[in-house]
Amino acid sequence: MSNKTNRRDFLGYSFAAVAAVGGAASLVGMKQAWDPLPSVLSGGFTTVDLAPIKAGTPETFVWRGKPVFVLKKSAEMDKSERDLIIGEDRFIVAIGLCTHLGCIPAWKDSMWKCACHGGEYNSSAKQTFGPPPRPLDVPPFKVDGTKLVLGETGPEYNAISAFVATQA
Amino acid sequence: MAKFEKANSVGEWLDQRLNLTTFNKVMMTEYWIPKDINFLWAMGVLLATTFGILIISGIFLMMYYKPDIGLAFDSVNYTIMQEVAFGWLFRHMHGVAASVVFLIIYIHMFTGIYYGSYKQGREMIWISGMLLFMTFSAAGFSGYMLPWGQMSYWAAMVITNLFGGVPVIGDALVVWIRGDFNVADATLTRFFMLHVFLLPITIMGIIGLHFYTLRVPHVNNQNSEEFDFDEEAEKYLAGNKRESKVIPFWPVFISKDLAVLGIFLIFYFYLVFFHYDFAMDPVNFDPANNMVTPAHIYPEWYFLWSYEVLRGFFFDIAGVKAFDVGLIAFAFANVIFLLLPWLDRDPAILPAHKRPIFFIWFWILMADLIVLTVYGKLPPTGTNAWVGFFAAVAFILLFLVLPIVTKIDAKKRGAL
Ligand code: FES
Repeated sequence: MSNKTNRRDFLGYSFAAVAAVGGAASLVGMKQAWDPLPSVLSGGFTTVDLAPIKAGTPETFVWRGKPVFVLKKSAEMDKSERDLIIGEDRFIVAIGLCTHLGCIPAWKDSMWKCACHGGEYNSSAKQTFGPPPRPLDVPPFKVDGTKLVLGETGPEYNAISAFVATQA
Repeated sequence: MAKFEKANSVGEWLDQRLNLTTFNKVMMTEYWIPKDINFLWAMGVLLATTFGILIISGIFLMMYYKPDIGLAFDSVNYTIMQEVAFGWLFRHMHGVAASVVFLIIYIHMFTGIYYGSYKQGREMIWISGMLLFMTFSAAGFSGYMLPWGQMSYWAAMVITNLFGGVPVIGDALVVWIRGDFNVADATLTRFFMLHVFLLPITIMGIIGLHFYTLRVPHVNNQNSEEFDFDEEAEKYLAGNKRESKVIPFWPVFISKDLAVLGIFLIFYFYLVFFHYDFAMDPVNFDPANNMVTPAHIYPEWYFLWSYEVLRGFFFDIAGVKAFDVGLIAFAFANVIFLLLPWLDRDPAILPAHKRPIFFIWFWILMADLIVLTVYGKLPPTGTNAWVGFFAAVAFILLFLVLPIVTKIDAKKRGAL
């Protein structure tokens, strides 16, 4: 092997090293350019007052552009470990997007029905029919008196989401 | 540097520098096409033309379109449709061409399957063609999103949600693709970039590749007859045109292509002027609303078959969630055509009517795709759901039995 070949090899390897570092750095940069912007991330909190909600009919709130269902259970509705208990009242808090492909299920009689592919969820947000693979997701929340702060997590949230995780 | 003589004309001057005469021969007058092909082989030229129409009409639309969730809907439905001179025409030309391009792609694809044009030696033609189909699908979908109507919005919602099915990183991937927790402004702008720049330029690159892949193995013919193109070309050049099995692309073959193109363009402009609405879903004339899902959502007709494969599996099978079975089936449907050259175990290239069982297989596949397409649009309830399920199962089975089917045909012919 001549000296010349070695020098060429060295040049080739140095270029490969520089290109690899530069390429990896660009990929990281490009990946991050597609991440949500700081303004999107910081706008992610919504406060919901639970006091005026009537039992038996769910209300929909908007959090991070997604619908959030809050249902105050009426006396005849099943109790579930998923219920958020505040004083005497039981609430179901769930992201209102079908866990199948993301349509918004509508409340009919005593369940949420998804028009897209026929998925159904009972009043405890558990899937009872059709393609949805898991119960409606729980949005992160913190309880603050009779208010719910969506986007932060508190102990009630941890307990409920741990229970929901076993339900899939 | 080569030696340059004084040129006597502009043509000569250019020829010395760009070698146009040779280029013209290689690309046009001595690019050989078999005589034995029918109008189905004109689909390539139809596609190139339709793609040209899409690019040009798209440029005109882009001059007024605003990729912002507050402005997009009105920029399309008011500015372009009402104010811009001929804006309505460019929109309808673009919308109809986007739909018709898939019709032609499907005809092109199934012509290839029928005549065995994906086999031995032509695998790269087939693969580059399928890559084109995939990039066209991505372009069609990203464009569908831009008017920011209800159907656009929920189509984007469903399609981006599909990435949630990717193991482990699914949820984070969905947020990353959207650039927001929801389908939002960031999503619209990046899909706009994909639709007007990255995907078209990728498509152009793959079109170049697709044309190039044809050069070595040459185009197939109706009888899948194998012959020596060089020998046949010599005959033609020696004046033995009657005996030669080939003709030059330009000007002989192209004349037939152009005749088919003429008929196609009449059909296309008939749609543009009188039936443009078939490519426009009425739901998309409601502005996007992230708090209301339309009662029933479905994709454009050209995606219905794979959409129906996705949702055909509506109950859990052997402990696997219906959702996952559907996703796996959907992924299967989208890659299986790519593997066709290797699923077909027949060593010979023959048209379907000379392979008796494959012939039946082919038409069952056609019928199944039509059933999937029709039921993909119907609400998935009651018997519809079951028809969808069986059609989806049939689709998968068809591809699983293909190696066996093609082997039996070959054995019967004594080729194996
Ligand atoms: S999106 Fe709700 S059932 Fe498919």
